[in-house]
Amino acid sequence: MMDAGILTRALSDPSSTAGLGSQGWTALITMARAEQLIGTLAHRLDGLDLPDSVARLFADTRRSADIGRRQALWEAEMARRVLAPLDTPVVLLKGTAYVAAGLSPGIGRSIGDLDILVRRDALDDVERALIDRGGWEWVKDDEYDDAYYRDHMHELPPLIHNERDRMIDVHHTILPLTAGPTPDPQAMLDDAVQLENGLYILSPADMICHAAAHLFADGDLAGGLRNLWDIDRLLRDFGEQAGFWQALSERASRHELAKPVARAVRLAEAVYGTPVDGDVAGRGRRGDALYIRRLLARDDWGRETRKGTRLAFYVRSHWLRMPPLMLARHLWTKWRKS
Amino acid sequence: MKHSFSVTVGQTGFRIGSDWREPLDQMRALYRGYPKPEIPDFTVRLFAQRPWRKLIRPSVMIGGDYMLPDAAPLSLAHGMLGAEMGMNLQMALGQRRYLLLHASAVERDGKALLMTGESGAGKSTLSALLGERGWRFMGDEFALLDLETGAIHAFPRLVSLKNEAIGLFDGQVDAERLGPLMHDTPKGDIRHLRPPDSAIAQMEQLAQPALLLFPRFGHAPEVRKIGEAEVFARLTQASTNYVALGEPGFDALAKLVKTIPTRAVDYPDTNAAIESVEQLWAELAI
Repeated sequence: MMDAGILTRALSDPSSTAGLGSQGWTALITMARAEQLIGTLAHRLDGLDLPDSVARLFADTRRSADIGRRQALWEAEMARRVLAPLDTPVVLLKGTAYVAAGLSPGIGRSIGDLDILVRRDALDDVERALIDRGGWEWVKDDEYDDAYYRDHMHELPPLIHNERDRMIDVHHTILPLTAGPTPDPQAMLDDAVQLENGLYILSPADMICHAAAHLFADGDLAGGLRNLWDIDRLLRDFGEQAGFWQALSERASRHELAKPVARAVRLAEAVYGTPVDGDVAGRGRRGDALYIRRLLARDDWGRETRKGTRLAFYVRSHWLRMPPLMLARHLWTKWRKS
Repeated sequence: MKHSFSVTVGQTGFRIGSDWREPLDQMRALYRGYPKPEIPDFTVRLFAQRPWRKLIRPSVMIGGDYMLPDAAPLSLAHGMLGAEMGMNLQMALGQRRYLLLHASAVERDGKALLMTGESGAGKSTLSALLGERGWRFMGDEFALLDLETGAIHAFPRLVSLKNEAIGLFDGQVDAERLGPLMHDTPKGDIRHLRPPDSAIAQMEQLAQPALLLFPRFGHAPEVRKIGEAEVFARLTQASTNYVALGEPGFDALAKLVKTIPTRAVDYPDTNAAIESVEQLWAELAI
């Protein structure tokens, strides 16, 4: 049965698409859309000798990714203007950070929400500034959800802009407070790198730590291929810098993320052929095959496949975020309300 | 997927997969003679909500490359409507090659008449009727504005006739051109009409926009001018991808609004409408 291996091959080795027939192209495009990697693919394959209809479609896609990039940067600028008077560092995370810093994963990437990291003690001021002066408002006014976010999550309940219809996620750390590992957000803020416009991005090592935490602990590996692609590109961007792997290893330990980082590095190597450092990747490869099986679970119609594997990861993701008793209470409340 | 069908409408190729055979057989009949894409632009999926719903009280979920999260399922009898909705959804959410205007379009002498307005205003019916009376039918749902040349691309999918409009075509067109009559859909009764063969044969031909109308049925006859700013604002509302296209979309729309004469027109009935459209066309189309 076909899986998304055709997509990961095309991304890591664009020339592998040379032999694709019309069915192969159709499958590739459908999967890339489903994994939100179509813009990335369109850029990776730019310049190759493509069938006319594919070339046209990719040209549209690249244009559209370019507009998405501009919109993401504009959202960041809007947040910067509103938060500048608070005089507290604002760190861009994920997609917006990659395009703002000109990093490779930003090329063609689809960017949804604006994610920022601020100091926890600045959280109230940031929230008030966004709502009072910025034009952002609550997405949901459900008391339970609101309280849940505030008590247990690593971010404020999501805010949406009342005119631009774009979401902002304000983080004060990178993992839910209920998760096992406790990363050190203050260390991340201390090491953050300032951009020309005054906003910050994470240091290279912390960026990988965050990407790895995001890949595993923050969900059930939905969007996993894109998150792993981010990691592949970042490792290629940073991997040659002197001392990078050493720094990554130290930071991963400091944030209690050594295992997820090692796993992410190994998976990037296995799925995208990323050049990696053996010491950081580690040797405990048990279970990697299951992760790869889950990451590639997509068929040529763009459908999710391997239901059992997916379910296992879904359950696991909740398990990781919450202690059992709390999980039971949470699911009970959600079930009663629905 | 178990069953599949592909079709090119205008210049956009679709692949539709389905858990059931019936909706695709109906589409094959009505889309006969349309070209097939080598590599489709978009994929649509009709699937059962749960495995057993393939057989027991079949309910058709609509999926594809681009989807709305909360779309409700349809009954299998409305399966073809689901496929059509799925195709429209891909255009509305995923198409970036043109500025999409929620408008119907017909052509004469290489020039296009565009009709837009809220659902139920009559734009679809009017374009289908004009398509039977000497105009080339270019589409009843989307007018595709070329971002560079400002020309209109045709998108002559099946016309979806709704409620009272269905009766207008009974006995007027070949029975073979009409799909099954679907009762109690989310939009009332719906019946699909295959566009005239000439519209299909010429669907790759572009037309320059020449007149824009905002028709409204069931009102005393009246023709009103509308200011450019209002036309622009209304068309941004009528476009599904205006925001997503950014600056090129703004430029193309601004150019259209500045160059095309526009009128709001009220009609009591279809005959008056057609007469009045012909008259406005004679007066205004450049």
